[in-house]
Amino acid sequence: MVPIATTAMAESTEVKTGVLTEDTAAEKEATFEFGKKEKILITDPLLDNNPITIQVLGVCSALAVTSLVYPSLVMAVAVTFVTAFSSLATSLMRNIIPKAVRLIVQLVIIATLVTLVNEALKVLAFPVYKQLSVYIGLIITNCIVMGRLEAFAMANKPWRSFLDGIGNGLGYGLILVAVGVVRELFGKGSLFAGSGIALNIIGPSSDSTKYLINTTAESGIGSFFGWYANNNLMVLPAAAMFVIAVFIWLQRSYNTKLVDIS
Amino acid sequence: MSTKYIYTFGTIMTVLVALLLAGFRTATAGAAARNEDVFNKREILATVAEPLEKAGKPISALTDQEVLQIFNDQVQQVVVNTSGEVLPDADFASIDLATEYKKPEDQRQYPVNIFNIDGDRYYVFSVRGNGLWDAIWGNIALASDLNTVTGASFDHAGETPGLGAEIKDNAGWKNQFKGKKIYDGDKFVSILVRKGGAVDQEHEVDGLSGATITSDGVTKMLYNGLKAYESFIDEQRAESGEATSMNLK
Repeated sequence: MVPIATTAMAESTEVKTGVLTEDTAAEKEATFEFGKKEKILITDPLLDNNPITIQVLGVCSALAVTSLVYPSLVMAVAVTFVTAFSSLATSLMRNIIPKAVRLIVQLVIIATLVTLVNEALKVLAFPVYKQLSVYIGLIITNCIVMGRLEAFAMANKPWRSFLDGIGNGLGYGLILVAVGVVRELFGKGSLFAGSGIALNIIGPSSDSTKYLINTTAESGIGSFFGWYANNNLMVLPAAAMFVIAVFIWLQRSYNTKLVDIS
Repeated sequence: MSTKYIYTFGTIMTVLVALLLAGFRTATAGAAARNEDVFNKREILATVAEPLEKAGKPISALTDQEVLQIFNDQVQQVVVNTSGEVLPDADFASIDLATEYKKPEDQRQYPVNIFNIDGDRYYVFSVRGNGLWDAIWGNIALASDLNTVTGASFDHAGETPGLGAEIKDNAGWKNQFKGKKIYDGDKFVSILVRKGGAVDQEHEVDGLSGATITSDGVTKMLYNGLKAYESFIDEQRAESGEATSMNLK
């Protein structure tokens, strides 16, 4: 029905080729089984088919939001929610969506979902909404969401599309949080700043902020770190590009099969 | 699939989505507005956190109900104009600084929250300006001498997290405003956010690294915003007799 978008997709499993043939009769008795193939849908995007490092989707938001861990985490949860449910909705509608306007339809589904999340947050958790509001627009334009709808949900049954959405959301989130940890720790000396469990790891303590490793301390661990200063480059978006590039490099040197995929 | 099908599909989908979103929005608008009101009031309370805590009301522990209660019992909300007159008939709740700043200067109205905590008065002024990407706004509280800052809180529409957004998220940075003075003698100087770190400890705070334009935006916002209240502040100072003793110096 729809041509497969990425070569990485074709590589991974036979799940996709199996269901590319339309089978509406079987779809009626949709099951929620969770077998080996379904498990792959979740685990594959975490590493070997990661949306950021392998499919190279959603890099823009990965550069923008990862200066702190907490917003990265919030973004990861929000994107996972949106990929999962937009995949589900698209998959349910895939046989009635006119092919000529399918991208527009997908965009409407995503935008509707994001707006609903936005409005619901205002009622349920206003402080979280304030934290997230900057990223709402980024979710709509996130290439992962639409990429997965086009490459997977348009050609697969709802349950599997839903799982694929969750898997890709988590794979995206994994890289986001990992980049966030590196950037916040080396850029600001803290972790989870802005959340309820903010940790100040390393830096010069003052009256208002105490650090675990106090670089101005006379004794203790801190006294060995007198030379340490936060790297301001890490706070800037350019640092995310280097960090992601290092992740891609490490992943491909560990698993050389991935080198030729993209 | 025919063109007719595409049109039908598009129309039905658009109508359904519009109904869904409009319905959801209408259903949740009331609760959302209440939440926003409490959130904004908490931001205002944050500027007088220290005296409130001394009065046995640590702001992080307050429930939504208690926040509204404080505004009911201990806060006098007044509207002033550029020449410092209190306008008793103006509707406090309907004032939006973004629209006020667009009006000609003599028609502008500004909100002031006057707190009465343990017999001391605190004046919370609201200001608004521009950051790097979008609007920034904030509240700044002055103690009863109308010179010493008790606290400040800021918010933004779209500053970069970790950089410009630190004006809202970085408690340590906001803490610097405590104890700063907006007058040098009796000359209005506001507070400067200085790139590279404060030089004059009385009237300056450290800039945020990597967020120079947002920092400058805060400087400009504080200067213009507080300048608008200058006549009101002068009048209040004259009333309390503080200003006269200052002038003598």
